[in-house]
This record gives sequence, structure tokens and C-alpha cells, in this order.
Amino acid sequence: MLTTRTNALLDVTVPARAPFSAVLDPGQTLRIIDLESQQAVDALFYNADDHTERYSAQDTLLAQARAGGRYDLTTGAILRSNEDRPMATIIGDTCGFHDTSAGACSCESNTVRFGHETRYMHACRENFLTELAKYGMDKRDIVANVNFFMNVPIRPDGELTVDDGVSEPGGYVDLRAEMRLLVVLSNCPQVNNPCNGFRPSPIRCVVWDR
Amino acid sequence: MLDLDRLTPDEYRTRYLELQSRARARAGASSPTDLPMIPPDDVIATETIPPGAYASFRIRRGEALHIVNPAGTPGASLMLWNADDPSERFNAGDTLKLQWTTRLTTGRVLFSDMGRILAAIIADSGAGHDAVLGPSKPDRGAGRNGRDNLRNAAGKFGLSRRDLATSLTLFADLAVGEDGTMCLRRAPSPGSFVTLRAEMNLLVALSNTPHPLAAGGATGSIIVTRYRTAADAAAFCRAFSEEARRGFENNDAYFA
Repeated sequence: MLTTRTNALLDVTVPARAPFSAVLDPGQTLRIIDLESQQAVDALFYNADDHTERYSAQDTLLAQARAGGRYDLTTGAILRSNEDRPMATIIGDTCGFHDTSAGACSCESNTVRFGHETRYMHACRENFLTELAKYGMDKRDIVANVNFFMNVPIRPDGELTVDDGVSEPGGYVDLRAEMRLLVVLSNCPQVNNPCNGFRPSPIRCVVWDR
Repeated sequence: MLDLDRLTPDEYRTRYLELQSRARARAGASSPTDLPMIPPDDVIATETIPPGAYASFRIRRGEALHIVNPAGTPGASLMLWNADDPSERFNAGDTLKLQWTTRLTTGRVLFSDMGRILAAIIADSGAGHDAVLGPSKPDRGAGRNGRDNLRNAAGKFGLSRRDLATSLTLFADLAVGEDGTMCLRRAPSPGSFVTLRAEMNLLVALSNTPHPLAAGGATGSIIVTRYRTAADAAAFCRAFSEEARRGFENNDAYFA
């Protein structure tokens, strides 16, 4: 069901709550598979040859707004850098809705949103710090990210909330790299809102050549 | 004791729905306010930013920037850093998500990435401020643009493009339709203003460049008055929501 292609360069199951990273060459495709459904996957992207060029959620959404598009991401969306260049294109999507407005969870923001008692729970920005450190990066390099499979409606009255995810078991999103691309993921550990169905679960990452 | 790592999905959901319900009950309570009273003796400095230009400010906790848009120019881009540790900076996602809204006006606060409050909106004329789409870019043609202005302002603080992530565009009323498309609802009225009180020592970059969805260039100057405020000047914001209160509590702990 997942694929009829067999020439995977990489095929990894990322445990619940864990980080992951990979470098893609231009034209290679990363498939992120939501194995059990309703699992948010927080994603950052960097130019692998110059990490100071990185994903820009605002550039990405501005390009969509100018084209009459929506505030979220699906097939055809081009993920743009802080130099407004294409970094990756969503070329396949079984979910139809990926957020890039709400950012990643952190221990600190959890205290504000869910109460001080949540400070020591695991969070995506902990995963990002751990994984970015392997590439010589730190908190300054954590920017607004993509939340694959995360349902964050922005309503006409301005409300922005996290609703139940709509991705099905085995649902996936396919990203084609448009430059040499470092992808850093956090398989989201959040249980204080519905982004993971209140039960974080594993994902699978598969990379194919062009 | 409550073990937050071991609740059932239904128990987590109940906690979430209670928070959401309280946030929805407050959502309508945020509304524009009148011009703040600024006693002349409290004014520290005034800066006029010409169309297309930018200014940077280093301000102390407890000071405020009263930002006025006399001509109704369609937007001005703003970036904030913690002056004592610029790795802490404005975070648009947290600002919106933690307050459950994209509508920023009096009573709301601007969050950093560290669960703390950079600045509180202590007065606002209601022109709308957009944290979703970011500054204008060089594709608007030769000359000044929001992205490069914010970068240059950051550069003069010794910072780089690594230190710029999401920014806020003042005086820009972003509307999201039922179909999810985005546009500017209206142009800001002449005389629009917003007053931001620093809740920590701040580096501030302010670019007088329009919102990227606005047609044309900047149509007038932005006037910024920096002034001292009373210790309780943000009391309304602190009491406005439980999220703001917890953010202020995090600030209290940081400065304790």
C-alpha cells in the first residue's frame, strides 16, 4: 500500500517522540508516513550548503496568499527559504492539510498554554535542539516550522486553535528537494492538545532518488 | 500527584477542551482603546521614520514605544529581541497559538520563544497587526523593503539573518476567509496607533515599509515616542488572559 517503488536510499521508522534528520540531494523525494494516524511531525529545512538559508514560513505563506491560496499546505505547495527560494515541493499528500503558522511546542510555551505543571514534559524544540546540535546549530537556528499532519484552522473570526488531526493510518506526504536540503524532524511528543490524538506514535521516513 | 505523562487520552482531551473553552469566552473581550495618556515629563525621545526607512531602538523593561501612523501608511514591520540574550526573540507562532487568536490588540502580548513576554499591547487603535505573512521583500522593486530593513537593523545590533525568523507587521488587518484565502481587510485609518510596553530589556527593529499584500509604497512617516510607564501599566494585559498571566509569571521568575 505504501509504495510500489523498491529503490529506497533510506527507510527508517522514527519512534514516537523522537527526532530525525537527513540530507537530500536536489530531486530526491522524502516520504513521511503517519503510520497510525493523527501524528504531527514538526519539520525544519536548511540549505545543506549554507545553514543560514533556511525555511521561512512567512515567505511560503506570502507566496500562497499572492497566488490566491490558503493559509495551510498541501500538494503543489512550495516550501520557500528566507531568500524566497524554493527549498522543497509537496508532490504528494493524502492528508490535505499541513500547518505552518503555529510553530513547534516547547517546554516554555507549554507552561503558558497548558500550565506551569507541564514544564518538564518532552517537547519538539527539545528534539530540534538535540538534532540541530549535530550540525553545529543551536536555538538561534530554530525558526517557524512546518507541522505535517497537524490540523490548525485559522477561522474568519481570527481564532487559531489545534483541532483533531485528519490523517488516516498510513497517510503520507511526499517532499521533493529543490536544493541540497537538510531536513530536521521532530516526531511530536505533545499530549496536551489533540495534534497527536493524545497518544504519540511512530512515523516512517523513506527517501528515493529522482 | 498528577502524573502528566500517564493520563488517558480522554483525560488529556478534557484538560484541553477546558482551556479552549476559557480562551473562547475571552476572545471577544479584546478591543481597541483610546490614545494613552503620556505625561510630557515621561517622554524619553521621539523618532520620525520616513517612508521606506527603518529605525532601531534599545529600550529598557518598563519603557513603552507609542507608535503612530499619521497618514495611514499600509503597514510597518517590527522585530523584537531580548537585549540581554538576543537568542530569545519574537515568536509569531507562539504569540498566536498561546493566545488562541490571530487578532492582536489591546490586552494581548507578544511572546518570545521562551514562554516569556517581550512586550504588552497596552493601547491600540484597532488597525490590526499581522503575524502570519511577514515583511515586504526585495521583489517589490529597487529600494527599501521590510525584509532587508529588518536585516540591516539586526546587523547594527551585531546580529545576522540567523537572528531573524518570523516578524510582525503593524497596521495590517489580515483577513482569512471561509475558504482559507488571505487578504488585507482594509487600509489603516490615518492616526492609527499601537503602544507596546517592554516587559524585558529589548532590541527593537521597526521598518516603515508596507505589508507585502498592500498595493504601492509607504505613504507617510511613522512616529515613535519612547516613554517611561508606571509599574502597573500592563496590569490590564496581565489580567486579560490566563495565558498572559502565566507568561508574566515566567517574566517574574526570569527577573527574580
